[in-house]
Amino acid sequence: MTVLRLAGLVKRFGANPVLRGIDLTVERGERIAILGASGSGKSTLLRCINFMELPDEGRVEFGGQVVGSERDGRRRYAERELTQIRRQVGMVFQHFNLFPHMTALGNVMEGPLTVLGQDRVQAEARGRAELARVGLADKADAYPAHLSGGQKQRVAIARALAMDPALLLFDEPTSALDPALVGEVLGTIRALAEDGRTMLLVTHELGFAYHVASRVLFLADGLIHEQGTPAEVLKEPRQAATRAFIASHKQFSL
Amino acid sequence: MYRWDFAPVAAHLDLLAIGLFNTLRLTGAALAFGVALGLGLALMRLSRRPWAAWPAGLVIEVFRTTPPLVQLFWFYFAAPLVVGVEMTPYLAALVTFSIQSAAFFAEVFRAGIESIERGQWDAARALGMNRGQALRRIVLPQAVKRMIPAFMERAIELMKTTTLVATISYADLLFAANEVSQKTFRPLETYTAVALAYFTVIYGASLLARRIELRLARSGEGTVG
Repeated sequence: MTVLRLAGLVKRFGANPVLRGIDLTVERGERIAILGASGSGKSTLLRCINFMELPDEGRVEFGGQVVGSERDGRRRYAERELTQIRRQVGMVFQHFNLFPHMTALGNVMEGPLTVLGQDRVQAEARGRAELARVGLADKADAYPAHLSGGQKQRVAIARALAMDPALLLFDEPTSALDPALVGEVLGTIRALAEDGRTMLLVTHELGFAYHVASRVLFLADGLIHEQGTPAEVLKEPRQAATRAFIASHKQFSL
Repeated sequence: MYRWDFAPVAAHLDLLAIGLFNTLRLTGAALAFGVALGLGLALMRLSRRPWAAWPAGLVIEVFRTTPPLVQLFWFYFAAPLVVGVEMTPYLAALVTFSIQSAAFFAEVFRAGIESIERGQWDAARALGMNRGQALRRIVLPQAVKRMIPAFMERAIELMKTTTLVATISYADLLFAANEVSQKTFRPLETYTAVALAYFTVIYGASLLARRIELRLARSGEGTVG
């Protein structure tokens, strides 16, 4: 079953094209790692998928439905429709973006409570279950300021999961973490992958991409420059740019 | 050497108490309306629609840049002539200070809302919240905490500014003081007592505000989540 299909996606910031025509189909259960140098459009691609940024050209199909309607040769998006899409797409941010005025449990309950309109009992049960899934059942009452970076990111993951998303987007989820805390977050994401969740993951952790992703995309200059299985892209890249990128990341590894 | 004698003033404490009550009533009501109206003005001014943003901006700027006494006279003396609405001194004062506070609070709200990191909006929207939900659940609760000092400062300022209503014969604390000093021929004692009353109320209120601030700070706010 196809979760997401992008066709000819273009995004410009002013005159500067960031995405120059992305075609991508995501099947259910796929785990796609997106690699690329900074400025290659990785984050913008994720943000166009849940319409935090509106694409300038191209189409997004979500769950078989084309998003937006075409008028005067331009695609128009109604805020109400985009809100509906975002409910089904979970996003995890580089800087966590937890709500500092709510406890860990409050953060995780917030979506079910406010967006899905669940009652408090139901939302709390769900919230506690998701916190337990990311190994933070005992931190339910802690405020974000009292959590480590790794714990914050795991709460953020639980917050996204509480919405039962059909698709999870991870935007460099470990880039803001101390090296010692990266492992716990990657472990959590890996467990989700093993559960069969559909996910797109922008990352610089090539080893993680190699072991967990089912497909790897390499973005350069706003285009998918190369894609394939992790072994194909990471071990035997065909494109010079991909080879250079991977070499630069391996430079200091043992 | 002047001989202080507070006994005549103490004999008229009931008048002063009524005056203090009237001052507090006016200040409290103007603050309440001011906050509600100010939030409305701030949201209008932050709106992307010019027909909402522009009038809000005009009201805010006019009331922030004209003297409160002029505004008061305008509502009390001019409004009946221009729009044909007759107002009691209390109503005129309430309208003036509500709108004036609203203009001030609108800017405080706006600064508070704009001080919230983009990531908070991002997280709220990514969960599927609409703008209203994000504002109500995520942005405003954080913004309001940051606004408390400005809010208190305004409340204090307002309580002192309401003394202007004595000019349109509203029986506030200062008006009562005037009356008492004329009856007792003890202006120094009367105004000293009144200053003490203002000091007690305002200082008490700021102590309370500081305690609220400390309690909110302990709940973990102040660090990026």
